[in-house]
Amino acid sequence: MENKIFTISVYSENNVGLLNRISGIFLKRHINVLSLNVSDSEVEHVSRFIIVVKTTEKWVQNIVGQIEKQIEVIKAFYHIDEETIFLESAIFKINSALLFDERQIQNIIKESHSEIVTVSRDFFVISKSGKRTEINDLYNKLKRYGIMQFARSGRISVSKEKMEVTSLLEQLKS
Amino acid sequence: MKISGAEAVIRCLLEEGVNLVYGYPGGAIMPVYDELYKFQDQLQHILVRHEQGAAHAAQGFARATGKVGVAIATSGPGATNLVTGIADAQIDSTPLVCITGQVGKHLLGSDAFQETDIIGISTPVTKWNYQITEAHEIPEIIAKAFYIARSGRPGPVLIDITKNAQFDEMEFSYTKCTKIRSYNPKPTLNHEKVAEAAALINAAKKPYIIFGQGVILSEAEAELKALVEKTGIPAAWTILGLSAMPTDHPLNVGMLGMHGNYGPNILTNECDVLIALGMRFDDRVTGSLSTYAKQAKVIHFEIDPAEIDKNVKTTVAVLADLKEALTALIPLVDKNSHESWHNEFKEKYKIELEAVINEELAPTNGKGISMGETIEMINKHSNDNAIMVSDVGQHQMFACRYAKFKTTKSNVTSGGLGTMGFALPAAIGAKMGMPDREVVAIIGDGGFQMNIQELGTIFQSKVPVKIVVLNNEFLGMVRQWQELFFDNRYASTIMVNPNFCAIAEGYYIKAKKVTKREDLDAAVAEMMASKEAYFLEVMVEKENNVFPMIPTGASVSDIRLS
Repeated sequence: MENKIFTISVYSENNVGLLNRISGIFLKRHINVLSLNVSDSEVEHVSRFIIVVKTTEKWVQNIVGQIEKQIEVIKAFYHIDEETIFLESAIFKINSALLFDERQIQNIIKESHSEIVTVSRDFFVISKSGKRTEINDLYNKLKRYGIMQFARSGRISVSKEKMEVTSLLEQLKS
Repeated sequence: MKISGAEAVIRCLLEEGVNLVYGYPGGAIMPVYDELYKFQDQLQHILVRHEQGAAHAAQGFARATGKVGVAIATSGPGATNLVTGIADAQIDSTPLVCITGQVGKHLLGSDAFQETDIIGISTPVTKWNYQITEAHEIPEIIAKAFYIARSGRPGPVLIDITKNAQFDEMEFSYTKCTKIRSYNPKPTLNHEKVAEAAALINAAKKPYIIFGQGVILSEAEAELKALVEKTGIPAAWTILGLSAMPTDHPLNVGMLGMHGNYGPNILTNECDVLIALGMRFDDRVTGSLSTYAKQAKVIHFEIDPAEIDKNVKTTVAVLADLKEALTALIPLVDKNSHESWHNEFKEKYKIELEAVINEELAPTNGKGISMGETIEMINKHSNDNAIMVSDVGQHQMFACRYAKFKTTKSNVTSGGLGTMGFALPAAIGAKMGMPDREVVAIIGDGGFQMNIQELGTIFQSKVPVKIVVLNNEFLGMVRQWQELFFDNRYASTIMVNPNFCAIAEGYYIKAKKVTKREDLDAAVAEMMASKEAYFLEVMVEKENNVFPMIPTGASVSDIRLS
């Protein structure tokens, strides 16, 4: 079976220790997590984990089964990229002088549809949301001018199909 | 009325019907021990000699009674010493609640004396764990702990309680937990799946049942028997399924797995429908998965969704409590006898009998006492009705192959984890849980020395267990592998042992050593007749091997008889 990118979504209670329990499932199988994001979900007090891994479908089924087995996990799913809308966010900190010295930088910012978050005397910060490839592309373009700091978030995604979990979560709301 | 958190812990245990706990005191759990002292007429505490012993004793209690076992330890080393028992309970689905003390909340994360992150350490080996840092949480969390430990596929739960939460006062009221919104322990039975399973079973020419501990955990022994008797389908047990059916039942064809019986393994690859009941296709059962039962349609009755299709792809999966599922299945299956198919098992048994069993149970050629004949002797003097608690290694395989059972929950062994040192403390728990049954611990000379200190518990708490050490002066199973796969290089498997009888006698336990075959019968008889604990050391043939054997990674079809 070939390795593919899978996005695992986990709906869970918001409790201390659950992150450790979930990450341990990957550790036990010697699988590296490519990206991890934990946030609120559409239901109050229900957290949503979005975990990206590269592995086989058989393993991802096994992993999702083990995740869902955890007491505080409400539901877990996995999707391939074609089944989800997903993006990541990145921020770049760049020397302010470049904004004026290198005219090309302004074009790069404009063309990449990134936003200027702040400008100060010493540095400016731009942010960019999108696919990993778009962010990598921007990174490569800015790299030659010197990036003072760079950080990229984990993937966030929503499924194209209606999630089976919705009705379950509705019940939890009431 | 306000009570301390520590008293609340005791009252919670009493509310859950607990009257026996195993443990070892220490600084961070002292408030709870103070309450154990006050409540000693309602809640018996057995002082073990090492916390690992407490965990295994609680496991033995749980396995023999079906109730939740409870172990208590202090923070730091007390807690970490429980971990092997917890891991064992996790992989063998044993309901356990472990309570550990923890440093005060204000000291958490300060590397205080005997502080350890037992929540972090125990997470991968617990079904659930939780750290209580405030007294008011105690009733709700302990109620959840018992509910989680015993429901669905059972398992161990660890509750860590900071010292301030034990001292602080709280308003006590207790409500049993019956539901957790994110947890569905009992999947709803899908009757269509049951009907599909029944159709496959009814059309099968060579159907074959393989059953595991799920039968015992869901108390479906009567349903299993009814199913087997109606359909005439031969049934084999996994190591943890042992005793779920009487050994001498005509449709019980024996044990699966690496050292299981010949027919049950080899015929797995001959059946046309494989019906797996409450078992999880462990690698020790399946051998190489790529050649396992490929010809068969597989029906898997299982309560844990994560087990479905995990190792073996199923044709029909019935996700449910086994007792409920079998109750629905039995009316749908046709009466049958499958005589010629059954004869194949009989023929294979005959081959195994002649190649292995006869020689094991009655050795010839002037060989020393065998482990198998010792087990047979125990069968004889316990009327096939003892609770057999075995450790891990060759003696375990001999005990599981040759012990006879009439009653369920009579085989207590460390299956999944293979924990040497399990049997002695587990036998304590089994005996205290089932005081009217004979409990015989079968242990090797290696494993005995891994928790030998529990002889002290047996002595102090007057636990009348029968301890049989099968001494071959080797770590026998590893030695067998060295002989077969490492050209007889016996690396660190030779044991120079102490005078075990003197050690047992040092604990004031009656002891006897048998070196000659002619003394075995009388010695086992004397042991079984003893009203008190009894230690019997049997010097067995040093380099006997356990056969049949499926070498690691081989197919069940390639099981070796020698």
